[in-house]
Amino acid sequence: MTAMTLTEARPLAREAAPAPIPLSRLVAVEARKSFDTRSGFWLLTSIGITALLATVAVVLWAPDSALTYDTFAAAIGFPMAVILPMVAILSVTSEWSQRSGLTSFTLVPHRGRVVAAKAIVAVSVAVGSMAVAMTIGALGNILGSTIAGVDTVWDDGPMHLSTIVLGNVLGLLMGFTLGVLIRNSPGAIVTYFVLSFVLPTLAGLLATSQEWFRTLQPWVDFNYAQGFLFNGGLTGEQWAQVGVTSLVWLVVPLAIGLRLVLRSEVK
Amino acid sequence: MITVQALTRKYGDFTAVDDVTFTARPGRVTGFLGPNGAGKSTTMRVLVGLTPATSGTAEVSGRRFADLPNPGLEVGVLLDASAQHAGRTGREILTVAARTMGLPASRVDEILDLVSLTPEEAGRRVRHYSLGMRQRLGIATALLGEPGVLILDEPANGLDPAGIRWMRDLLRGYADRGATVLLSSHLLHEIEVIADDLVVIGQGRIVAQGTKAELLSAAGTLVRTDDRAALARALTASGLTHSTTADDGLRTDADPDLVGKVALRAGIALRELRPADGAGLEEMFLELTADTQREGLVA
Repeated sequence: MTAMTLTEARPLAREAAPAPIPLSRLVAVEARKSFDTRSGFWLLTSIGITALLATVAVVLWAPDSALTYDTFAAAIGFPMAVILPMVAILSVTSEWSQRSGLTSFTLVPHRGRVVAAKAIVAVSVAVGSMAVAMTIGALGNILGSTIAGVDTVWDDGPMHLSTIVLGNVLGLLMGFTLGVLIRNSPGAIVTYFVLSFVLPTLAGLLATSQEWFRTLQPWVDFNYAQGFLFNGGLTGEQWAQVGVTSLVWLVVPLAIGLRLVLRSEVK
Repeated sequence: MITVQALTRKYGDFTAVDDVTFTARPGRVTGFLGPNGAGKSTTMRVLVGLTPATSGTAEVSGRRFADLPNPGLEVGVLLDASAQHAGRTGREILTVAARTMGLPASRVDEILDLVSLTPEEAGRRVRHYSLGMRQRLGIATALLGEPGVLILDEPANGLDPAGIRWMRDLLRGYADRGATVLLSSHLLHEIEVIADDLVVIGQGRIVAQGTKAELLSAAGTLVRTDDRAALARALTASGLTHSTTADDGLRTDADPDLVGKVALRAGIALRELRPADGAGLEEMFLELTADTQREGLVA
């Protein structure tokens, strides 16, 4: 801060009214914002790193009979299911927790468009990183079975892989929804862990002791229904259960959260 | 042009902004003056759509802020220099803003140069910035789109004296080229030096507004003597209302001629007699906000 520049030699007058900001530009900006902090960068990089570590672990320690693509997919899928929702949560909550929303929502006063751009980026990150992870898993499957001298088993078909992707996208949208609803990084992350890891355990206990809940669970327990997508081969009824639980746990809270985002004060 | 009409913002029973009406005109610097908690920031947040108004309207260039197609190109906003993601570098924050507005990357270098942030400083993460550097970054963000309207909340905060001088010249230059500049401050001197028009606010209400010249001419006369009590009695006897100032003087609404005659008749020797300029705004400010400010009237 040595030299003090005093004037700027450009005219202020603008001839025509500026063009509106296209959504594609907002998506590009939000994509950039997911990578341009150290935490964001490492969070996204860790998806690739954990996929690689999980693959190596399966190759080293899984029994030869278990060296199938399904084992690799499951091993890679678990860390992904934890990290992807974090990516979605932080992309929303950082605008409030880091207060950068003051600038973001001043440059783009239609907050719904900013949130939509974030959602598009989050889902793209999920689908993109799943593709990377499945490729790593496939390479691991080929390498692992070759090293062990067994046949390479491709037991997960394209349909099953698609439902796994959908399952992870739903998990990520759960994080996104909590981010929009709570708008505070620690609060949303803790709530996510309670909903995804504490609640299923309690629901499981309830289901083993209460007959009425056992039949009701697939219709009300989001995690339980999400499990169908990871296991693959869904029946019509299971698809309906995925739909109903998503409506209750994702669509309704997201609608409430969006309403709050649009009307709340950004400080 | 900024037009605020009968703007009110309530939080439960508390009225933060109470029926505020004012206009900030192009080519002029409008100073938004008031003690802490008077409602300056709330008014500015309503103006840029971050806080919904309870009633009333706020418009920039004849439109609601939310109706501007690309606000960054029309209105430069700095509300809180610390409200940035601490993990981004200064350059990255400007790049994100420039991309949102659809500006070329070269604009970021130009603006960094304008606010005198070196390439090395711009490459640092904002968490390592001093308040002065954050303020420069905030001003850079506001000026990025070369807007015709500037809305700046306490822009001099954290700047060193040279920085304050620099900002003053910068804003003067903008106004001289036809921009509407609205800046808030609780620092009277800062506003007095730069503003053409003043809007004074206390407890959410506008207590005075007009051109600086108008408001200062209403500031009256400052007079000093070794026998203040005697002079005060003489002024009262002549029917002139007066108040004591912080630094041992007396201030009255009468013009200096009359005050001099009163003193002569009473045989009181004066040490100083002049129109209350300079400190006038400060006294006016303290007076206008006397019943609204926290400390009570100091003088």
